[in-house]
Amino acid sequence: MNDLTDHLLHIPHARAIGMTLVRHDDAGCLVRVPYAEHLVGDPDTGVIHGGVLTAVLDNTCGMAVRPTAGSPEDGPVSMATLDLRIDYMGAAEPHRDVFAEAVCYKRTRHIAFVRATAYQTSPDDPIATCVASFMLGTPNAPRETAGPEAAS
Amino acid sequence: MKLLAELRAQGRGRDMAAVLAHIPYARFLGIDVDVKGNEVTTILPFKEDLVGNVNLPALHGGVIGALLEITAVTQLLFDTSCERLPKTIDLSVDYLRSGRPQPTYGRAIVTRHGRRVANVRSEIWQEERSRPIGVSHGHFLLAPL
Repeated sequence: MNDLTDHLLHIPHARAIGMTLVRHDDAGCLVRVPYAEHLVGDPDTGVIHGGVLTAVLDNTCGMAVRPTAGSPEDGPVSMATLDLRIDYMGAAEPHRDVFAEAVCYKRTRHIAFVRATAYQTSPDDPIATCVASFMLGTPNAPRETAGPEAAS
Repeated sequence: MKLLAELRAQGRGRDMAAVLAHIPYARFLGIDVDVKGNEVTTILPFKEDLVGNVNLPALHGGVIGALLEITAVTQLLFDTSCERLPKTIDLSVDYLRSGRPQPTYGRAIVTRHGRRVANVRSEIWQEERSRPIGVSHGHFLLAPL
């Protein structure tokens, strides 16, 4: 497994939600979120909140933009989400893991275009889909002391 | 739907703080709400768990999306008496500025309220309302009363 596993652990919100990397290769990026009580959006049904899907889809899309470990382009990438549109196909079933799978289908010098699907049993039965675009090479240092280094 | 019906039975149908307090995910994020007359403002105090980029630091894009969505739903619940929580059909988010480690505020406006679907626009900002960090528009499925 490449260093993106570690990458997720360094994102406080990804850790708080419980995201773990399943795989990241040329075919895309797959992230898992185990069901947890604090993610519930409807206390009557136990269904997780749409905001959780937003967070995991955004994060997975961003990771899909990153080059795979060992590839020629491997290296630090700084980026910012420009826009994200999510369609909710149906409620997630309570007490089951959610998976998000993202593919970066076009990457230009400044912008990356990504689509992703969230599902529980099979990608053919999505609970949500999204398209997102990311701006690449955005500043990645504290504003007060903005330096040239861009850590990933 | 028990939550909303129970609150309404207690005469707290428009007590948005009580509604949010019953939603585990809103509680986990730490979202509070301020209602003045018919104006509803959501408030998200900063905490470390919300960070998506530790170098800047900046709020996670998912947090921005979630606050926009919750702001929209809170306004919808305030404006109407839903039997159950509205279901998000779609949400389109524009990220305008990175979210700093500061409190974030949100307001939403229901641009169209149909019988089954509502269109809602939201915006969230930090220090200055005129400099939003994110805006969204979404469609929400309403439960028939």
